[in-house]
Amino acid sequence: MINPYTESILIFVGINVILAYSFYIPMTTNQISGGQGAFMGIGAYVSAVLTVNFHLPFAAALAASGIAAGLIGAVVGFPALRIRGLYLVIMTLGFAEVVRVFFMTNEYFGGAYGFSGIEELTNLSNVYVVLAMVVFLLFRMERSHLGRAFQAIRENEIAGETLGINITRYKVIAFALGATTAGLGGALYAHYALFIDSNNFGFHRSIEMVIFAVFGGITSLWGPLAGAAILTVIPEFLRFIQEWRMVFYGLMMVLLMTFRPQGLLTKGMFRRSGPEG
Amino acid sequence: MIFLQQVVNGLMLGCTYALVALGYTLIFGLLRLIHMAHGEVLMIGAYTALVIIGYFHGNLLLAMIGTMMVTAVLGIAIYLASIRFVEKGGHLSPLVSTIGVAIILQEIFSKLFTGEKIAFPATLAVKNIQLGGITFSTVQLFIIVFSLACMFALFRVLKGTMIGKCIRAVSENMDTARLLGVPVFLVVAATFGIASVLAGIAGVLVGIAYHSIYPLMGIEIGLKGLAIIIIGGMGNVVGAMVSGLLVGIMEIFSVAYISSSYKDAFTFGLMVLILIWKPEGLFGRATDQKV
Repeated sequence: MINPYTESILIFVGINVILAYSFYIPMTTNQISGGQGAFMGIGAYVSAVLTVNFHLPFAAALAASGIAAGLIGAVVGFPALRIRGLYLVIMTLGFAEVVRVFFMTNEYFGGAYGFSGIEELTNLSNVYVVLAMVVFLLFRMERSHLGRAFQAIRENEIAGETLGINITRYKVIAFALGATTAGLGGALYAHYALFIDSNNFGFHRSIEMVIFAVFGGITSLWGPLAGAAILTVIPEFLRFIQEWRMVFYGLMMVLLMTFRPQGLLTKGMFRRSGPEG
Repeated sequence: MIFLQQVVNGLMLGCTYALVALGYTLIFGLLRLIHMAHGEVLMIGAYTALVIIGYFHGNLLLAMIGTMMVTAVLGIAIYLASIRFVEKGGHLSPLVSTIGVAIILQEIFSKLFTGEKIAFPATLAVKNIQLGGITFSTVQLFIIVFSLACMFALFRVLKGTMIGKCIRAVSENMDTARLLGVPVFLVVAATFGIASVLAGIAGVLVGIAYHSIYPLMGIEIGLKGLAIIIIGGMGNVVGAMVSGLLVGIMEIFSVAYISSSYKDAFTFGLMVLILIWKPEGLFGRATDQKV
């Protein structure tokens, strides 16, 4: 058996990879979200309430949290269609702030004291089952109608539209799928951290997901996986960094954007036919 | 009378918002990017004043001058370190690199001054002035007058000086301005300096108004500033000023008449409505998306 320390690192790697994908999926249609932390929070609170107050089995709570986050994501993503680029970033940042304040002030969700008494239901197997599902679906999607539509939107939205791609529909789908993924990550997180409060899902959390995905590279399917895994494991090995972890992240973000803005991995990097793919 | 009293309180809050939003909008106007560490410039402005007053026993004037100098240098340094060489990478790159700077600054100041709220020294003698049933404190009067003076000064600079003309030229069309011999690099650096000075001043005013500052204060005020430039129209200077004041008044009214916990929701809600109904902002002109 692996020791509990390694197990906890592996669980956090899994959760963080899922969260990194939640930023990556809207990004495949050029939608930059600065508020994925809010969807994670929604998933975390929904699953916590369902298991603690309604005694639902974890699988059902997990599914419900993904669906809840996805539905709210679709609602948020809908006006986001008219709002592109930096406008979307600001809108999602603002949305995340409103959600954080909601959980902080709403007594049903524990208010400022947070929500405690959550059972430990997250374990290695269910984290990696969820992660495998996410990766498998993304992998299948890349070669499907949906994935190709996403790619067309990413390359050139207007050209895609002239080719008959329904931009509205696909952008909402991408945004909602991203939110669903964040919700699942949030549910897994809540049942491992056992205590959640609104500050777990604020600005810093949203930004952390951006860092994971951008560090690994957002043009490649494996980028977010590599980014989240490396950035979760490295601080464990460099204990002295732990205290200055955020400064280290910050420095890395500046240097990465200056010298390798495409991130560690790029699309087609491992293919023999060269970088274009 | 209570109504007018609330308007005065709202103006005080709105003035600091407007100063922050002006910085965002000036930079957006020039480079079409969001400077995510702008809120941290404000935070450092507040801490600079705290150090000057609290540790060196300087007066408010000295603190203001010191803050303006520190934040001007800081703003230009942030531009050089995190924007100058990543500008071309689309929306995401400058966003990520300036967030990186923001995180570094938050963390350093949390280590230096603890992450908790600390008291901002009182420097103005607080006296209440009665004016036709409304009570002003000298603090409120100072904040409102001083910020309006700063905004007026900014207007004069933009409209009446060579550097202002250059800023306007670059924000209209950077390439053409460069062809016509405008030193674009210097103009952009100067704009970062001016924007950061405004944020620094806002930081000092926030300290004076609320008597306490903390390392993460920049996030909250920064997000408000971003909401305000959307409401006023991105890149629009007058829009940023007017909507800053409007949002300040609206927040105070929502606290006074509805509930204090939802003041942020009102601001961001208004922002979303504006985005849906009039994405170019209250004071902006509509432009078509170009291929």
